[in-house]
Amino acid sequence: MGLAAYALALVLAPLLPGVVGRTRALMAGRQGAPLLQLYRDLGRLLRKGAVYSRQSTLIFRAGPVVLLAAVALALLLVPPGGGARAAVAFPADLVVFVALLALARFATVLAALDTGSSLEGMGASRELFFAALTEPALLLALVVVARASGHVSLSAMLGGELPAAWARHGVALGLAALALFVAVLAENARVPVDDPATHLELTMIHEVMVLDHSGPDLALIEYAAALKLWATSALVASLVVPVRADAAWLTALVATAGVLGVAVAIGMVESAMARLRLERVPQLLVGAGVLAAFALVLVVAG
Amino acid sequence: MILFLAALGVLLAGGLGAALAGRRAALATALGAGGALLGGGLGAAAALAGILERSSTTLSVGWGAPFGTIELNIDVLSAVFLLPTFLVPALAAIYGAGYLQHWRHTRSLGGAWFAYDVLVASMALVLAARGTLVFLVAWEVMALASFLLVTFEHERLEVRRAGWIYLVATHLGTAALLVFFLLLGGAGGDFRTPISGQGASAVLPGALFLLALVGFGTKAGLAPLHVWLPEAHPVAPSHVSAVMSGVMIETGIYGILRATLLLGPPPWWWGACLLGIGVVSTLVGVLLALAQQDLKRLLAYSSVEHVGIMAMGGGLGLLGVAGGNTLVALLGFSAALLHMLNHSLFKALLFLAAGAVKHATGTLALDRLGGLLRRMRDTGAVMLAGTLGAAALPPLNGFAGELLLFAAALAAAANAPLELAGPGTLVLITLGLAGALAAAAGVKAFGAVFLGQPRGPEALAAREVKSPMRVPMHLLAAGCVALGLFPALGLVLVARAAVVLADGAGPGMMVAVDAALGLARRAGYAALALLVLASLVALLRRLLLRGRSVGAADTWACGYEGAVPRAQYTGSSLVQPAVAFFKPVLTSTRPAVVPPTGFHPAAASFRADTPDVFRHGFWQPVFRRLAGWLERPRALQHGSTHLYLLYIFVTLLALLAYMRGWSR
Amino acid sequence: MTSATSICLILVVLLSVGVLSATRLATSIRLVAAQGVVLGILPPLVLGGRVGLHVVAFAAGAIAIKAVLMPWLLLRAMREAEVRREAEPFIGFSASLLLAGLLAGAAFLLADELPIPAPDAPLLVGSALATLAIGALVMVSRKKAVTQVLGYLLVENGIFLFGQTVAGGMPTLVELGILLDVLVGVFVMGIAIFHINREFDHMSVPELKALRD
Repeated sequence: MGLAAYALALVLAPLLPGVVGRTRALMAGRQGAPLLQLYRDLGRLLRKGAVYSRQSTLIFRAGPVVLLAAVALALLLVPPGGGARAAVAFPADLVVFVALLALARFATVLAALDTGSSLEGMGASRELFFAALTEPALLLALVVVARASGHVSLSAMLGGELPAAWARHGVALGLAALALFVAVLAENARVPVDDPATHLELTMIHEVMVLDHSGPDLALIEYAAALKLWATSALVASLVVPVRADAAWLTALVATAGVLGVAVAIGMVESAMARLRLERVPQLLVGAGVLAAFALVLVVAG
Repeated sequence: MILFLAALGVLLAGGLGAALAGRRAALATALGAGGALLGGGLGAAAALAGILERSSTTLSVGWGAPFGTIELNIDVLSAVFLLPTFLVPALAAIYGAGYLQHWRHTRSLGGAWFAYDVLVASMALVLAARGTLVFLVAWEVMALASFLLVTFEHERLEVRRAGWIYLVATHLGTAALLVFFLLLGGAGGDFRTPISGQGASAVLPGALFLLALVGFGTKAGLAPLHVWLPEAHPVAPSHVSAVMSGVMIETGIYGILRATLLLGPPPWWWGACLLGIGVVSTLVGVLLALAQQDLKRLLAYSSVEHVGIMAMGGGLGLLGVAGGNTLVALLGFSAALLHMLNHSLFKALLFLAAGAVKHATGTLALDRLGGLLRRMRDTGAVMLAGTLGAAALPPLNGFAGELLLFAAALAAAANAPLELAGPGTLVLITLGLAGALAAAAGVKAFGAVFLGQPRGPEALAAREVKSPMRVPMHLLAAGCVALGLFPALGLVLVARAAVVLADGAGPGMMVAVDAALGLARRAGYAALALLVLASLVALLRRLLLRGRSVGAADTWACGYEGAVPRAQYTGSSLVQPAVAFFKPVLTSTRPAVVPPTGFHPAAASFRADTPDVFRHGFWQPVFRRLAGWLERPRALQHGSTHLYLLYIFVTLLALLAYMRGWSR
Repeated sequence: MTSATSICLILVVLLSVGVLSATRLATSIRLVAAQGVVLGILPPLVLGGRVGLHVVAFAAGAIAIKAVLMPWLLLRAMREAEVRREAEPFIGFSASLLLAGLLAGAAFLLADELPIPAPDAPLLVGSALATLAIGALVMVSRKKAVTQVLGYLLVENGIFLFGQTVAGGMPTLVELGILLDVLVGVFVMGIAIFHINREFDHMSVPELKALRD
């Protein structure tokens, strides 16, 4: 089950940005890009050659490779949803998950600095800062779930006993889910933290860091971003949809629907909100962390 | 024990030989470095034997000594700390042989090598000493030898100032330790024997614990006693910085852990105290590291952070023992010990690499460097390994220790009562924040020095260092990679010591050890899988690009004139948002802004220096007031001979009066 | 306690945090109004099946005063006095968020220990204490007089929550008394803000300096 779900995620992940974009377009009354747009983009990029900056070194070329490897490995630890186990699960695996995402960020940021471009440096600077506030919020939100369920592995704490935990600590888990969702928005560089649709504006973060990558390298980055979106969305979906099914195909259906539902939610947030002013973003992230900490107190006290 | 004594003998012989060789640089270097290398090797073998043996070995000398006996003992806790204490200085000595060549005509190298070998021997003796006298003597020799090494370039004002701060701080710590040992001896204990129940009053163990925390914490560089560390470590020659930051500060952690073994079952507040200090050190260390402009200062603050992480591990371990939670206790202590081992490797490596940068460019100012990766490939590669290790990212070795600490904190936060869950959560938040900030500091250190384009003429002219300096860096990097890919190996080395420390927690030790080993093994699998996956992706890209056009162009600067070195983001600008956000903590940040003026602004600049928060906010006012008080009696010293005669008369009269009163 | 009640209680606390973290004064006032609505529907929820006419009437009254009348007064005072719309904190937004989180956490942990003989008291007492504490924080950490009034209102709401722990609610008379008290307080403050602002408008700076001592 775990490995099959992993394979499914690898195949379906490029669908997610399409779903987010389509939701945004529909909310704005436009038709929007096709759902499968990213597949086409990836195919096109993979058929191209590459251009590397003369100022860059091996670090620049290693960036996308390490990024994709780390994210693909992290996805292995994420339970697909519907109470199913992930392909790999062990106590404290959520730390490995967070560390792998951190490694992916580290590689991207170093590659950005390697070009010597001031714009990419700016993106790197912001990415590093926001990550420092996102990581505690993400961890705390997961700790709430761990405390509510009594397990310290992602698959176990989002597994069979989650419905019982919802019954006991519903409010706290709701708050944790909210904090987790905010952390997921920040981690994936979505509105209101970053806007993936803006190129070449001074407010952006993630897109500006990958300006110099081209061809297959850019494809690796885009695909890794989609995988990361899938992995983190699956976390949220597993938490907020504590539906348990008997049949494997039904579980797979619930899981996939859950992830797509989170993507739709992200799209709705993106069309309802504007990107925050840069100085307001830290407040949002600190707020998410405080929310998660508050939820933890509720679980401990309740 | 024979090996250990032989190692000490070789070290002392090498040191003495170097001292006698004096100004004959080649001979002094050969004797000093050779002694350190050989002694270090022998000592490492002794340490390994101590780790693997089931029983500890003791050497007692029958002479009577004040405050107990003269006794050396290598038990498993000592052996775990002895291993890096011998290994790292041996490697750093090879590096030092190359590094000190720069001064071979201007300075007597014999003295430096003498101090170096004595430093290594005294550190080993500190870890093995059991009698109070031997311990204190070794401790003091260690402080003095390192002071002499710190002030190697004593013609520079900042070096003398740093040495002075170091000397004051280390003696304040030693003062606390003197009281500690006096009280310990009074209660019938020394570094071997735990205090006995009847000799001790109720408050004594607590007081002893606090004294040990202050005394050993100063050496370890735990906040707020860390202020000497970022002054002293950067100004020392780089191989000495590596030894001090990689190994010497860990004797402080050893002291704290050893002390807890002697003082009876720990109450809750001991663990909470150690953990709290660890949290403060971690956060202060990482934030100040982030804000530094000088590579070695940045690394020194990173040491404060990592010592804080070890303290958090020890604190969680103590809390686990106090709360009867074996899993948390064992995971906490093994995290502290494993991280100690890993830190000694990657921090030594980083300081050596920083020294190579200094050697090649003559500067450590981050804002003047850049683009060195093209000019110094080897140094850049090992620096990247060390940076990944210090940022606790897989697949390097810093990750496994932090993973164990995370696991301990998670176990506490998820399943334990509030008095354990609260501290566990605090550790989780701290590690989450510090982990991301440490990665940012690592990016700053590596990115500003090695990536992009040179920002100053120094970086343009850089050349790779010679092989005596490269080889030890490669060896240390290999150690980091090996322990990163096979962290279970490192855990096996420290596991028995962790079991000894966690012994009071209760049943279930084997289960806990298995859990820790399983986790370490998983960290190794993750690292290996990462390497395999990355190679596969790289292979895929190579296949895709075969036969296609792979072009080269200047960096795309969004339509502006591309690739201007001066327009690059510097280290300062990279971390500016974070430093500005943490301004409430980093109160000492002093930005110096020269804003652009006029319609055609020519020059504008921004620079933010962040001196130590505790030094400026706490220690300087305290010492200034103290100095004010001590200034007052100086009014007596007037300089006039008549006045001095008067003093003598008055003193005689007072003595007479006193004697008269006495006889009555 | 039903989960609807606990959701309402947590909502009250979150709205208090929201008041603290909003940058616009008008937003803060609206959040206080929303809190008034939630507080209004809380007593019937707490009482469960035993909802009598006077409970409903009281709830309606509370909503009318807390959620409509007082916000309207404040918004009006702001508009009349042309108060600038930003909240102007002494303590930065992120830091006050952290502080609020600490206070709320401490409140809930403390509520666990308090010996209050009420059904399902911890959550209720916790939210009451948290709202009180955050209200106090709003009062001390913001510069504007309007925000001080808002903090005052939050404190009152916290006391209102405390009243719910007494079985059957606080005696209506007492609660009405408090409400009246607060209403008068808000009136006085509103008028004061208005007048100070109007007076200072046509006052020259040297005259202001003369007021120093």
